[in-house]
Amino acid sequence: MSNLVYLVPLFPLIGFLINGLARNSLSKGLTGIIGSGVILASFVVSILLFLQVKDGNTVSVVLFDFIKSGKLDIPFSFQVDQLSSIFLLIITGVGFLIHLYSTAYMKEESNAHFARYFAYLNLFVFSMLLLVMGGNFLIMFIGWEGVGLCSYLLIGYWFKNNDYSSAAKKAFVMNRIGDFGFLLAMFWMVQQFGSLTFGDVFSGAEKMEANNTVLTGITLLLFLGAAGKSAQIPLYTWLPDAMAGPTPVSALIHAATMVTAGIYMIARSNIMYTLAPFTQGVVAVIGLATAILAATIALKQNDIKKVLAYSTVSQLGYMFLGLGVGAYTGAVFHVMTHAFFKALLFLGAGSVIHAMHHEQDIRSMGGLKKHLPTTHWTFLVGCIAIAGIPPLSGFFSKDEILAAAFSKHVVYWVIGVLGAVMTAYYMFRLYATTFLGKFRGTHEQEHHLHESPAAMTLPLIILAILSAVAGFVGIPEVLGGSHKLQEFLAPIFAASSKLQHPHAISHATEYMLMGASVGAAVLAIIFAISRFSKRPDMQDATGFGKVLQNKWYVDELYDAVIVKPLGRLSDLLNNIIEKLGIDGAVNGIGKLVNYGGRQLRLLQSGQVGIYLLMMVIAAFVLFIIQLFVK
Amino acid sequence: MTIQHYIFLAVALFSIGVIGVLTRRNIIIIFMCIELMLNAVNLLLVAFSKMHHLAAIAADATSKAGSEGQIFVFFIMVVAAAEVSVGLAIIVMMYRNTHSVDANFLNRLKH
Amino acid sequence: MSITHLLFWFLTVLALGSALMVIFSKNPVHSILWLIAAFFAISGHYVLLNAQFLAIVNIIVYAGAIMVLFLFVVMLMNLNSAAIPMKNKWLGFAGVISGGCLLLVITAALKDTAVMRNDVLMKTGDIGLIHNLGMVLFKDYVLPFEISSVLFLSAMVGAMVIGKKD
Repeated sequence: MSNLVYLVPLFPLIGFLINGLARNSLSKGLTGIIGSGVILASFVVSILLFLQVKDGNTVSVVLFDFIKSGKLDIPFSFQVDQLSSIFLLIITGVGFLIHLYSTAYMKEESNAHFARYFAYLNLFVFSMLLLVMGGNFLIMFIGWEGVGLCSYLLIGYWFKNNDYSSAAKKAFVMNRIGDFGFLLAMFWMVQQFGSLTFGDVFSGAEKMEANNTVLTGITLLLFLGAAGKSAQIPLYTWLPDAMAGPTPVSALIHAATMVTAGIYMIARSNIMYTLAPFTQGVVAVIGLATAILAATIALKQNDIKKVLAYSTVSQLGYMFLGLGVGAYTGAVFHVMTHAFFKALLFLGAGSVIHAMHHEQDIRSMGGLKKHLPTTHWTFLVGCIAIAGIPPLSGFFSKDEILAAAFSKHVVYWVIGVLGAVMTAYYMFRLYATTFLGKFRGTHEQEHHLHESPAAMTLPLIILAILSAVAGFVGIPEVLGGSHKLQEFLAPIFAASSKLQHPHAISHATEYMLMGASVGAAVLAIIFAISRFSKRPDMQDATGFGKVLQNKWYVDELYDAVIVKPLGRLSDLLNNIIEKLGIDGAVNGIGKLVNYGGRQLRLLQSGQVGIYLLMMVIAAFVLFIIQLFVK
Repeated sequence: MTIQHYIFLAVALFSIGVIGVLTRRNIIIIFMCIELMLNAVNLLLVAFSKMHHLAAIAADATSKAGSEGQIFVFFIMVVAAAEVSVGLAIIVMMYRNTHSVDANFLNRLKH
Repeated sequence: MSITHLLFWFLTVLALGSALMVIFSKNPVHSILWLIAAFFAISGHYVLLNAQFLAIVNIIVYAGAIMVLFLFVVMLMNLNSAAIPMKNKWLGFAGVISGGCLLLVITAALKDTAVMRNDVLMKTGDIGLIHNLGMVLFKDYVLPFEISSVLFLSAMVGAMVIGKKD
């Protein structure tokens, strides 16, 4: 089976090449089939790999020697174990559904642009697969960069709009800041362990004692990379702006897959994080802070996609909180469930936008329940899942994280529950404003409201089912289950589990915790529905609400503190150093030669007497040189 | 007298000729100073030929070793004569065209 | 001081003085006459070195023929005291100074060389006699001698062509 491993990234690569190179001559139907078909093929191979890995085998394949320099040997290798195969299934499965959805959503584009879209999407899946299948940090980094590039290409897909292109640039630049941290971490790892292969690095790390500066430094730098990729404070502002891209792109990249790369990377390096408790603390605090901050902003947003974007940032914060308190399995579980219900929510939003003819402001919506039935009930399922109501999947994963947070520190739990309550509140505010009540749009729009085609509703249904039942792989013991996911992922986190000694929580305490969080969430839901179905938020917010609506003015802060000074610095460099200095020097040489030539020309006066004088002087000088300068 | 005296004499005459060439404006005077320079060289050559002759006679009393210098002087005089005739013809021609013998007048090389 | 030395110094002073007067005279005819005096002094040096043939030839060719030719030309131009003003004092100074520098540098260069010690055979020595010189000229250097006649021919033709009046 190991010889099938390379097929998984190969199929999307082929799809990218075909759709990209032949984009001017392919019909939309053919493009859609190729683009989606290759992902389906990868999904099938991923299932086969999963079946093999389930029995406890790890598939490691070395394709070729990539870098061999002195003592440094970095092969181009793949490693498929339990962690990667979960991610493989998510990426190819959800990816396939989104590709299918896109064939209908992007139908209005021209043939060439349609093919370009699918080419980029396939390239993205290829890079993401490289990222999770890489056998060493370098291959992961190649995939890391690749998804950053595809994110840029896809956010700026409608490149003729300047705002969208700026959003794409912003995403790419912030990603790069994170990548800088990742690169430094890789260099340090090479210096410390002599290799980047996972096995070597982790076995080397295990031998070190806890809390030493090397591991703390490496993990902090890796976390910087993760913060850039997974939109944590301070590098999160790009994600809401990334909603400029087409909605399926937001679903795939900015909900289900790319933003989870940071969590994958930390989960993969779990032994290093367990041995660096300081970094774990940093990760937990930043994750929690991001979760709360994003939730507060989402309370007051009026664009359907922006609400979902801030919700994504917030849920990512939860995943990092999970990683920070040592609940590695919980974080990966939440990645899985989040992929399902967030993709569902985004695709549902896409369906609404499609029906409303590209209107995204929820204040112009309302009462869509009767016009878009399938979209409505799948969206509802997604909202219930994200709010953490049992027995849907969101409950199990979020609860696991909150329980681990409680055992670390009560304050973590309290704030986490606060965030969960806000999540329930703003999600149902969104639901109620969009689907309940009366329609508030124009008559034109009301006329055109219709349910989306099958290619769009079928993925919605599938994702809704998954959001509902996916939680059952992770039923904790306290509720009588055997947490199959934890068993499955045990080998990956074995080394960390040995070193971690979490406070055991009694069953009674756990029931109380669950009850408290679920109860608070249910209250929030009831309140939200009752308020917003009758009186939606129509005016712009005032007072503190205004601060929330303007995203705590963080973008403006970055602009004033970072962007403008950088702009001024580069102006300075341009005008003074470039124009006066470098250009001055280069042009100056030209001017000097010109001037010298003109002055020299005056020597040729045409008067013989001067020539003779010069001859004598030259003879004199030559004598001097010959005789006295030895 | 050692060769030193003759060398200094010849060099002094030569540099007087150079000064004359650079200083005077009349073409004919310039030409004459050139002749002076040539003569200085002639004198030096003859002196050197006698010096070599002296050295050669010390070894072998009947040798005729230094005569090349004087032959050379002879040919220099030949060439100087030819040069003067042509040069003066040119000067006369120049005078006929411009009615002046000013060296600075001939700055046609400038164009 | 033997008579040879006396004569040497006397002729030296005469030669240098006449040369200086050549370049400092205002009247071109005076310059020519001073140059003739210089040539005589140099011929005297030749006699002192027993280069008799060259002494006579110097007088006949240089002082006799060439200088007379100069005189003809000067008379032709009717330049008596053509007071042509010094074009540029600075250029004059530059000329004098560079000539002086040349003098200085050559003497400085030759000051300490070994060859300077050698003596010059004066008053005696056969090679300057016309008999010996002729033998060398017509035996070893007969080819340059013949070619010099071609040189004269070309110079004559050249002078005549240049001097033609159309």
